[in-house]
Formats: sequence, structure tokens, C-alpha cells
Amino acid sequence: MSTMASTDLATAVEDAAAHLYVWALKDIPQDLRDALRDAMGRETHKVGKRILETINTNVSVADEQGNLVCQDTGIAVFYARVGERFPLHPARIEAALREGTRRATLEHPLRSNTVHTLTRKATGDNTGHRIPHIHWEFVPDWDGLDVKCVPKGSGSENMSFLKMLVPADGVKAIKRFVLDSIVGAGGKPCPPGIVGVGIGGSADLAMHLAKEAIARPVGTQNADPDVAALETDLFGLLNDTGVGPMGLGGDTTVLAVHVEQAHTHITLNPVAVNYQCWAARRASAHVSAAGDVDYDREA
Amino acid sequence: MHHEITFPTHEATVRALHAGDTVTIQGEIVGIRDATQIRIFDQGQEPPFPLGGAALLHTAPNVRKLADGSYEPMCIGTTTSARMSRFTEGLIRDHGARAIMGKGGLLPEALEPLKAHGGVYLAIVGGAAALETTQIEAIEQVEWEDLMPECLWRFRVRDFGPLIVGMDSHGESLYENVQVEARKRLDESIYARL
Ligand code: SF4
Repeated sequence: MSTMASTDLATAVEDAAAHLYVWALKDIPQDLRDALRDAMGRETHKVGKRILETINTNVSVADEQGNLVCQDTGIAVFYARVGERFPLHPARIEAALREGTRRATLEHPLRSNTVHTLTRKATGDNTGHRIPHIHWEFVPDWDGLDVKCVPKGSGSENMSFLKMLVPADGVKAIKRFVLDSIVGAGGKPCPPGIVGVGIGGSADLAMHLAKEAIARPVGTQNADPDVAALETDLFGLLNDTGVGPMGLGGDTTVLAVHVEQAHTHITLNPVAVNYQCWAARRASAHVSAAGDVDYDREA
Repeated sequence: MHHEITFPTHEATVRALHAGDTVTIQGEIVGIRDATQIRIFDQGQEPPFPLGGAALLHTAPNVRKLADGSYEPMCIGTTTSARMSRFTEGLIRDHGARAIMGKGGLLPEALEPLKAHGGVYLAIVGGAAALETTQIEAIEQVEWEDLMPECLWRFRVRDFGPLIVGMDSHGESLYENVQVEARKRLDESIYARL
């Protein structure tokens, strides 16, 4: 058992949060880089290919210059997996993630986007009431903490859709809704990106699941074979629409489709779509009970 | 077809562009956003420098203020254009701007003023801000600093692009074409495969 003082552990989590936010904005994960390169190689549409080349060049320029990949620093979304024996209470983890976000914003400095929803008054440090938003998962028989930071830009977040479908219309209606949403979004969410789909649960849970889906690495599949089959189907169907990079036409409309499912009520069939643009920024850290931090580019 | 254009320019230059062409810009471009255009059109204030012949970029740049009061670019990207569509007519007809640059396209209603008064919409690759920043050589002028970062900016650029002619002055929109084609594919084959 660790004897580390919880204030030190809180500092370790706070430092990790600050590092993750900046790192995510500058250095996009390898799976996404590979997906963007593959798409550029496959694209047959002239304009679409030119756009994918430009995106790939932009990723390299960000590396060379140490600059942000995209100017929109987004809203910081965190995913925290907390072991039941991790010695820092979630209340303290939440405070540390928040403080890390604030510090990164002021120290780097990063553009702050956070405003009060009604008065539109800016907070200046990318935190605010209930922001950053944290997704929690609690893990039995473990003493560690995994933290993932996903800065979510507004261009793609504005392309979020929810519909309470009729159960009798089944999976067909789910597919149709996803197709109509992505075609309707056109070039606005900076395609090609990751389409996050949440199905089942309740209205709020469906959107929550869609947001978890976008945070998964490209190339991963849902463990449930029925859900994985839906991911494969939707991927093929969406790329047949021809919407293409930036909505200007082409073979690559999406890089991946990720679906997350929850059981639902017998008379419910909720579906939620959350779009993640090509700048699918994501960075993770594993924090041990002793406060050691391991940064992870693949998670 | 690819075009290399130095801005500011004349109506004839942009009339020669067609949806699907690519463009690289030299010279000067002007940064504007929601608040800038609300001041010009809704509050009726004359812009402090003329917009005749200009290429306008939808942006709210990330900059650093230097000791001498000038600004240095840090990260300059582009925002979604659709919500600023209503300013198109005023910008082209009354102020003589020739190109509007942004991401995602203007609403279809902007095609008419582009056609009537001679303007184009140039699509930038959204999110490619690291690259865009290297193409901005200098921030030459900043007006209405109280609107920061939605001021009126004048940038000197080199090889700014690639830009794609998304909407031309002949009534054609690549966005519309893609939407029509996608709906057709949905109706004729994709829905049947669900
Ligand atoms: S949608 Fe994504 S890539 Fe496009 S500007 Fe926003 S954050 Fe950047």
C-alpha cells in the first residue's frame, strides 16, 4: 500500500492533466496519423486528395513548429477510470483535473473558449461551472487511475444529433438516422473524422455513450459482435455517400465509426451521434497509487 | 484548374474562377468574424480601412502582443462560415470585397449576391491551423482591438492555401452539388441496403 500523502498524489494528477491537455492539442495519436495517411493514399477524388494531403502536411508542420494542430482548443473532456483502491477520492481527482486544465490554459497560454451559456461572459481559463466535463468509470480490485483528455472542438460538437426511434423500426432506423445526420452535417464538422454513435439506455445515456465512442482509438472495435457488425456496416455506408473531405466530395467521408451500446427499455430505441473531426485529439496517462505517471499515446 | 492570385484584386479575376478550382493567395488578406461584421452592418460603422477587392478570412486568431504594440501570430485558424452568410451581400455589393474564405461553406442564399455582384467563396482546409499560421508572414494592421480576437485584421500572406472554390460567381456551389449527389445515392441505393 502506498504511503504517499494525498496532497502529493493530487499534485501528480493535476500535473498530468495539465500536460495531457497541451500534449493532446499538439501531437495527435499514431492510430489517427495512420488513418489519415491511409485515407490520403486511397482517395481517388482530386479535391478530396488535395485536402487530405493538406491535413497530413498540417500534422507534420505542427510537429516541426511545436504548434497546435488546430486553433480550437475546445472544451476539455476527461475520461477517468478509477481503481477502487486508488488512494485519492474522486472529489479530489475532479479538483485536480480542473486545476490542471486551468493551469495549462494560463501557463502555455492556450486560447480559452469557456463562457457562461446565457450571459456569454468568458471565464478566461477553460474552466467553468461543470466544465471540464468528466466521464467516470470505477474499477474493482485495482489501485490505479487512468486519465484520458479529449479536447473537443465546437465545429464538430455542433454536429451532434439525438433521436428517440421506434423500437419496431429497429437497426434499420438507427442506420438511416446516422446516415442522414452525417450527410446533413456536410463539411461543417471538418470531415473525415470519427463518428461516435451511442445506442440504447436513455436519452442522456445515449449521448454519453456517443461521446465515449469518439474517444476510442481508430482501429478498435466494440467487444460485442453485434455492435461491431453495426460499426462495419455504417463505415461502408457512410463512405458511399460521397460527402468527402471537408464536404467537398470524395471517397473518404469518415475515418471510423465507433458504436457504444447500453441495454434499454422495451419501448425505447435511442440513438445519438457525436461527431469527432479529423483533429481527433486524445492523450492518456496512467497514474499509480504511488503517484508515478506513465504517459500513453495509444490508449 | 489552379489559380495563383494576388489580393486585393478586381472583379474580373474572381469571375474567372469556377467551383472545384484551386487557388493560392499572395499579398494581403483581411481577417473578420461575427463581431466585426455585426459592427459594420448592424451598428453601421465604416470599417477603418477599405475592403475593396479584398479576400476576407473568417478567423479569430491566437496572437501575442509585443512590447512595441504590434502582434505576432501564434496559431491562426479558420471558423465555420455558415452563420455569417447574411453579411455576404453587404460585403460584396457595398464594400467591394471579392472573396470570402472559411470552412464548411456559406448558406445557399449567398449564391445570389456572389453572382450578382461578383464574389467567390473559397474553402480552406478546416482545422489545418498549424500550416495556415506558417503562411501568414506578418500581421500588418489591427483595428477595433476592443473586439479582440474578433478585430479587423490585415495579414500579409505567402502561398496562402490551398483553397478550393466552393461557391463561384456563376451560381454553382460544390457543397450543393455534393449534397444533391449524396441524397441521390441515399435514395437510389444506400437506403435499400440497410
Ligand atoms: S471541427 Fe475540429 S478540426 Fe475543425 S476547426 Fe473545429 S476543432 Fe478544428
